[in-house]
Amino acid sequence: MENYEANGLNLKATELRLGLPGTGNEQQQQDQYSSSSSSHQQNVKNNYNNNNKRSSSEIASSCDDEQQQQHDDGAPLAKAQVVGWPPVRSYRKNVLEKKNPESSMFLKVSMDGAPYLRKIDLKFYNNYFDLLKGLENMFKCTIGVYSEREGYNGSEHVPTYEDKDGDWMLVGDVPWDMFVTSCKRLRIMKASEAKGLVSPL
Amino acid sequence: MAYSFPEEVLEHVFSFLKTDKDRNAVSLVCRSWYEIERWCRRRVFIGNCYSVSPEIVIRRFPEVRALEMKGKPHFADFNLVPEGWGGYVYPWIVAMSVAYPFLEEIKLKRMVVTDDTLELISKSFKNFKVLVLSSCEGFTTDGLASIAANCRNLRDLDLRESEVEDLSGHWLSHFPDNCTSLVSLNMSCLGSEVSFSALERLVARSPNLKTLRLNRAVPLEKLSNLLLRAPQLVELGTGAYSAEVRSDTFSNLTEAFSACKHLKGLSGFWDVVPAYLPAMSSVCSGLTWLNLSYATIQSSDLIKLVTQCRNLQRLWVLDYIEDSGLEAVAASCKDLQELRVFPSDPFGAEPNVSLTEQGLVSVSEGCPKLHSVLYFCRQMSNAALVTIARNRPKMIRFRLCIIEPRVPDYLTLEPLDTGFGAIVENCKELRRLSMSGLLTDRVFEYIGTHAKKLEMLSIAFAGDSDLGLHHVLSGCESLRKLEIRDCPFGDKALLANAAKLETMRSLWMSSCSVSFGACKLLGQKMPRLNVEVIDERGPPNTRPESCPVERLYVYRTVGGRRDDMPGFVWNMDQDFSTFRDSQEQENGN
Repeated sequence: MENYEANGLNLKATELRLGLPGTGNEQQQQDQYSSSSSSHQQNVKNNYNNNNKRSSSEIASSCDDEQQQQHDDGAPLAKAQVVGWPPVRSYRKNVLEKKNPESSMFLKVSMDGAPYLRKIDLKFYNNYFDLLKGLENMFKCTIGVYSEREGYNGSEHVPTYEDKDGDWMLVGDVPWDMFVTSCKRLRIMKASEAKGLVSPL
Repeated sequence: MAYSFPEEVLEHVFSFLKTDKDRNAVSLVCRSWYEIERWCRRRVFIGNCYSVSPEIVIRRFPEVRALEMKGKPHFADFNLVPEGWGGYVYPWIVAMSVAYPFLEEIKLKRMVVTDDTLELISKSFKNFKVLVLSSCEGFTTDGLASIAANCRNLRDLDLRESEVEDLSGHWLSHFPDNCTSLVSLNMSCLGSEVSFSALERLVARSPNLKTLRLNRAVPLEKLSNLLLRAPQLVELGTGAYSAEVRSDTFSNLTEAFSACKHLKGLSGFWDVVPAYLPAMSSVCSGLTWLNLSYATIQSSDLIKLVTQCRNLQRLWVLDYIEDSGLEAVAASCKDLQELRVFPSDPFGAEPNVSLTEQGLVSVSEGCPKLHSVLYFCRQMSNAALVTIARNRPKMIRFRLCIIEPRVPDYLTLEPLDTGFGAIVENCKELRRLSMSGLLTDRVFEYIGTHAKKLEMLSIAFAGDSDLGLHHVLSGCESLRKLEIRDCPFGDKALLANAAKLETMRSLWMSSCSVSFGACKLLGQKMPRLNVEVIDERGPPNTRPESCPVERLYVYRTVGGRRDDMPGFVWNMDQDFSTFRDSQEQENGN
């Protein structure tokens, strides 16, 4: 804990790094902390949670980073956030961001074979790419890329969702905005079980 | 055996003992006093719901009228405890619905309360009066409807900071027309709009109403209607404090406030429109508590308001107040005892306001009664901390959060050990301390040496080695709660001080260096502790023994291992040798 950076900040164990998800930065993080608690790794990816105290939407901070990197070159970027730091209660964060409680969209996400359900806030994602990357990181799986023709052919896991009408659809079938308003919950299925959902042409 | 006094006399004498401490002491005198006391104990406080079972409580205290209980560890407030961890109150309510038909009060903090629980409460206790749910979750507004509808003598309904699934505002309309007993209603955490006419009628028929905390959805234009019907209010939480600027709204509001001659506490103030602040001028001089922690207004407006509140004892405010505002507070609010300054932009990379350590120093100089501080800022110096410590040796609670982890003294670039050391050395009555900034093992040496009255300590991103933890565990005689995150503390200090943990309520350690092996050893060595590992990576015995656990929660208990642990929590005294085989089964749960 003795090495400081020039401005006196020791960021080592808080892993405040600015990088796109899936880039070398994250690999570095993984290696560095494989010998200590891997929750450090999770910590970096965990973001500030607006409403639900127990949401596991771990990717939002990297999403923020992405967006900000697109805009700024030299100006300081918002740092990737550590879970629960600074220690501000969720309801206080909401107020300051002038969000009302209705503006978040918490969804349950299950994955076949995984023991626990997770919850994500759809409001944190702006597009399918961000959402899928988020799910990949959360469940440590590969989902791959959606194609209209073949769905998620070639991936081990296929993301599906239940819509307002109770139908199970493939994530990506409808435009993002429509998805956001109609999705009730998500289920990441094993590819072998998802055959019936591959969108027909 | 002859007694000096008949039982009834002793019971009468004991009725003057209000604190648990006194009652516990009395119970230890002799067996007969133990027996007499336990039959007349009416209030029970359980700091950790898993430290004891409902059966044990009921067996010892058969005539309880009021229960207060806490569930999840404090760090659950900051998302460090995963969903489903526990803290369910339902089993307690089930047991008490049979054993305590005359139960009147239930106060819960950080517990999971379901609609079924609320319904059971509303139907089981005929004389139910007080429900306080502080930072609870798991229920919806339907549950509130049961309480409103069925609790004929309800006095207090306080939902402070709970997470309620807000299905509609209709629950409020379930209070029957003949319910006139309300003294305190706090619905500030709810999102949906309630029927204003139902609210108005409820207020109008509650002559004993002293505390009314509205939610954001109650419009400012209608606030005066409520105030005029409840001029006896002592505590008011406004809804959104914004409206189109109109002179009739303003004059109505002014008139309504001036009718409230007894207001001592004000809160709410979401979305403040500064033009409406002067409407409350008439109550300012009587205020002892002002909560402006949602008021996103500038320093100049805050100063105008706060400097009128000369009798203020408690001030909660956003860092928009800035150093200049705190100087004004220091000059005007000479009775100030508690100050909380919250960050307006906790995640911004750069400071957005001019609030530094200087603001806190000013208040510590100007307010002789200051004893409780919660302060978020972005820079601190040892010199400032030493000054604060010397100014206010009677400090009881000192919680400082420097927003960036591990930030050193910005003047000298040294760790803040000396500063916090001065706090614990000078403030001999200090009961609660939260630290931040760059801290080495040395600060823990100071704490272990001087902080003899310290009961609760929160540490984050601090220390160099196990020695730090050892100083705290071996030196802090009064320590009850210790919560640590992201510190390089490991096995040695924990195991060497295992016995200490039985004298404390609980220990929380997350993202530290405590190994699975050490946790197992602790669990096996200390049968009166529950040593729980929380790890979302799967069963701890699927990784090497030396691998650190994600989170560790240790607490003393007479209730044994709990039976409601979710799939990511393991009790360390279980037999892991057979565990691998039953792993699949466990995960299926």
